[in-house]
Amino acid sequence: MRRFTQLIQQLETSNKTNDKIAALVSYFSTADELDKPYVVAMFTGKKPRRPVTTALIREWAIELSGIPTWLFAECYHSVGDLSETIALVLPPPSRTTDRKLHEWIGDLAQITSKTDAEKKDFILDAWDSLNTQERFIFNKLISGNFRIGVSNKMLVNAISKQSDTESNKIMHSIMGKWKPGEITYKELIAGAHVNTDNSWPYPFCLAYALEAEPASLGGTDEWQAEWKWDGIRGQIVKRNGELFIWSRGEELVTDQFPELHFLKDELPDGTVIDGEILSVKDGQVQAFSVLQQRLNRKTINKSQLKDAPIGFYIYDLLEFQGSDIRTAPLSERRKLLLEIAGQLSNSDIAVLSPVIEFTDWEELAEIRKGSRENNSEGIMLKKLSSFYHSGRKRGDWWKWKINPYTVDTVMIYAQKGSGRRANHFTDYTFAVRDGEQLITVAKAYSGLTDKEIKEVDAFVKKNAIEKFGPVRTVKPELVFEIAFEGIAESKRHKAGLALRFPRIARWRKDKKAAEINTLDDLRQLLASTLS
Amino acid sequence: MALITFTNKGIFCKQGGFYIDPWRPVELAVTTHGHADHVKWGNKGYLCHELTKPVLLQRLGADIPIQTLPYNQEISINGVKVSMFPAGHVIGSAQIRLEYKGEICVISGDYKVEYDGISTEFEPVKCHTFVSESTFGLPIYKWQPQHEVFGQIKNWIEDNHEQQKTSVLVAYSLGKAQRLIKNLADYTDIYVHNSIANLNDGFIRAGVDLPETIRITPDIKKETLQKGIVIVPPALADGKWMKSLQQAATGVCSGWMQVRAGRRWRSADAGFALSDHADWPGLLSAIKATEAEKVFVTHGFVSTFSKYLNEIGIASEEVVTRYGTEDDEEETILKEAQN
Repeated sequence: MRRFTQLIQQLETSNKTNDKIAALVSYFSTADELDKPYVVAMFTGKKPRRPVTTALIREWAIELSGIPTWLFAECYHSVGDLSETIALVLPPPSRTTDRKLHEWIGDLAQITSKTDAEKKDFILDAWDSLNTQERFIFNKLISGNFRIGVSNKMLVNAISKQSDTESNKIMHSIMGKWKPGEITYKELIAGAHVNTDNSWPYPFCLAYALEAEPASLGGTDEWQAEWKWDGIRGQIVKRNGELFIWSRGEELVTDQFPELHFLKDELPDGTVIDGEILSVKDGQVQAFSVLQQRLNRKTINKSQLKDAPIGFYIYDLLEFQGSDIRTAPLSERRKLLLEIAGQLSNSDIAVLSPVIEFTDWEELAEIRKGSRENNSEGIMLKKLSSFYHSGRKRGDWWKWKINPYTVDTVMIYAQKGSGRRANHFTDYTFAVRDGEQLITVAKAYSGLTDKEIKEVDAFVKKNAIEKFGPVRTVKPELVFEIAFEGIAESKRHKAGLALRFPRIARWRKDKKAAEINTLDDLRQLLASTLS
Repeated sequence: MALITFTNKGIFCKQGGFYIDPWRPVELAVTTHGHADHVKWGNKGYLCHELTKPVLLQRLGADIPIQTLPYNQEISINGVKVSMFPAGHVIGSAQIRLEYKGEICVISGDYKVEYDGISTEFEPVKCHTFVSESTFGLPIYKWQPQHEVFGQIKNWIEDNHEQQKTSVLVAYSLGKAQRLIKNLADYTDIYVHNSIANLNDGFIRAGVDLPETIRITPDIKKETLQKGIVIVPPALADGKWMKSLQQAATGVCSGWMQVRAGRRWRSADAGFALSDHADWPGLLSAIKATEAEKVFVTHGFVSTFSKYLNEIGIASEEVVTRYGTEDDEEETILKEAQN
C-alpha cells in the first residue's frame, strides 16, 4: 500500500500531465503485479461493493477520535472530503504494516458479509496500523470514490507508454468487462479478455468546440452537418445475439431503456452504432429536462415510459458485419449506416440523425439559429473523409454550439469550496428579483479565475451578514452573469424552475444589484422552451 | 471593571490607557509581534519585546518611537503592571501579561507550543482572562514533531538535487524563514530573498544566534542556486523571478499544507505542514495551563473553537478582530520586495 500511497501523493502534487504520466509509468513498472489490475480498476471507476456504510465509518471515526459529532461536521466542511477528514481526526496509529494494496482490497471484500461488530474490529484495527496518508487511501478503498485527477485517457496513455502497446488497444481492453482479481496486468494489456466478450464498446469519437468562423474550415463539400442533439451520447453493441447499450460515461445502461430492446432482434450480429439517447415524442425531440426523468433510475414505471419515451438518433456505424470500420471515411460509413437503418422496423424510435443540406456557410449559420426550436444545441460538423477517432482529435469533428442562455443575478450566499477550494469562499448562490424579494435561481462554483476568487472571498469575509454553519449570507451587491444550457420546471426549487449547467460567465462589475433580471424574465423563457 | 475591552481600534486596556495590537492609530500600541496583521503604522508609541524592535524598525521606519522590554520583566503603565512572556511564534513574539488590582489578563497574540529552535520557547502564564488565537483550531490539525517534518524537507531537497532541480521553499519572511534557516543551515547553503535577508541582518545585529545565509543578487548564477536551497516569501512564489530559475521545485511550508485541498490550492510541487501556530492539542494544552476563567478567541476557527471550549467547561467568547488576515502580511512583503 505504501507504493500506491506514494503514487497518489505524486499525482496530487503536480498539475502537469507529463508529471502525472511519468508517475503512473513509474508505478506500473515497479508496483506489485497483483496490485496493478486493482489500480487500473480504481482509476477507471470500477467499484467493488461497498463493504461498510458511510454512516458506520463516520460513527466509528467520531467515537475513536473522541470529538463531538458537530465538531466532526465542522472538520468535514473545512477539509471537503470525508475519507481525508477521518484520516486526520483519528488518534495516531500504534504500529505499521507492509500489507499490499490487493490484500487490503481482498480483506474489504471479505468483510462485506460479516456482522457490523466484526466489520468494526477490522476497520479499527486497520486504522491503528496506517499513517495519515495510508488511512486516507484505505478510507477511499472503502468508499470506492477515487477522484484523483487521472482521466481514462491519461491512464491509457501511461499504460500504453509503459507497455509499449498501442493506446487504442489499451482503451478497448480497460473499457471492457473484467475483474481485477481474475486478470493479470499482462493479460489486461494484451486484451486477453476482450475478444471473448460480446459487450465491449469502442471509445467515443469526440469533437472540439468550434471557436473560429466555419468558413475557416474550407469548402462546404468536404463537410457533413448534423444537429447537435442534447441528450446522452450512447453506443449500441449487437454481437452474438446480445445487445448492450453503453453511455459515454462508460456505463452499461441497457436496462434503463427498454424501448430500444427491439434492436436486439433487428440489428445484425457484429453491429455497433453510435448515437444519442433522447426523449422523442410524436417524432419530436424533447428538451433535456424531459429525458432527465429517465436517467439513473433503477426501476421505470408506466407513467415515466409514457411521459418521457426514449428514442435513439443514430450518428455513425463503427462495426459492420463484425469488422471494425472506424478507419473507413465517414462518407462510406454513412452509406453502410443507411443500409443498416433501412432494415429497422420502428424507424420512429431508432432514427437516422438527419444530415442538414446546405450550400454555403452563411446558409448553415442561418439554419443554426433555429437550433433551439428542435431542442438541439447547435450543429455538428464532420469531415466526410474523417475516421472515427478514439477520443478527441482536433480538425475532423467540430461542435458549433449556439450561445448559452444568460441571466444577470446577484450573489446572496457563499460557501467554502471543497477539494482544491476548501478554505476559500468559492461556491456561490445567485438570485434574481421577484418584486421586492430576491429569489434563488442557481448555485455555481466555476468560471472565475483564482485571482477573482480571492477578490470575492475577501468581499464575503467583509460583508457576511449571517452564518448558517459553513454558509454566509452576504450583502446582495456583486452582480454575476450566469450562463446556462436549459431551463426546466422544478417543484423542489422555490423559484419553481431550475437552470441546467449554470456557471459564472462573467463578473459584471459594471452592473448594480438593481439592474439584475427578474423571475418573470426566466418564466417567460421557460414557457417559450415548452411550447 | 474588565481589564480589557474589544473596541473598533483593537484590544483596549482602559485602566492603563493603551491598546494591544491595535489596527487603527492610537497613543500607545503594546505589540505582541511584528506580523502585519498585529502591528500597524501610525501609532504615537510602541512597546514591544526587544527582539521585535528590529522588525518594527525595518517595517515601519527607523524614526518611530519604540520602547522595549525583555521577557519576564515588569513595568507599570498608569498603575497597570505590564510584562511579556515568550509566545514561541516567531523571534521576539510575546504574550502580554497585564495585572491590575490582582486581576490578571494575558493576550497571547499568535503562539505555538512546540520549540522551533530559534524563537524563545512558549511559556504558559496563569491568568484570569486569556486571549487566544485559533488559526488551526480544528482537530484535523495535529502537527508532526518538527524533526520529522524537517526529515521530509531534507528528503525532498535530496530528490531535487538528484533531478537537477532547484529547491525553493516558500515561507514567511518573518518567522518561518528563520526557523528553516536555523534547522537547515548545517545541511545546505541557503539563499534568501531580500525581504528575508534584511530581517536577518536586523536580528543578527540584535544578537540573535542566526546562521549565515546568502542574499540573492542578480549576479548569483542560477546553477549556484541549484546546489543549495532558496527561500522566498509567498508573495513572490508565483513571480517572474521564479520562472527564470532552472527547473524550480517549490515546497510550501505552512500549517495549511496538512490538508490536501490546501496543498492543491497553492499548486506547489510539495507541501510541508510546518506551522508557527499551535495545533489543536497545542491550543487546548496552552489554554488549560493558563487556568483562565474566561477565554476570548480572536482569529481562526473562532466560533467552532469557542463553542468547543464552552462544551468542555471553559467559559469562552468569540471576538471580532482584524487579526489572521494573511493578505496583510503578503502585502507588506511585496512592498518590502520592491524596496
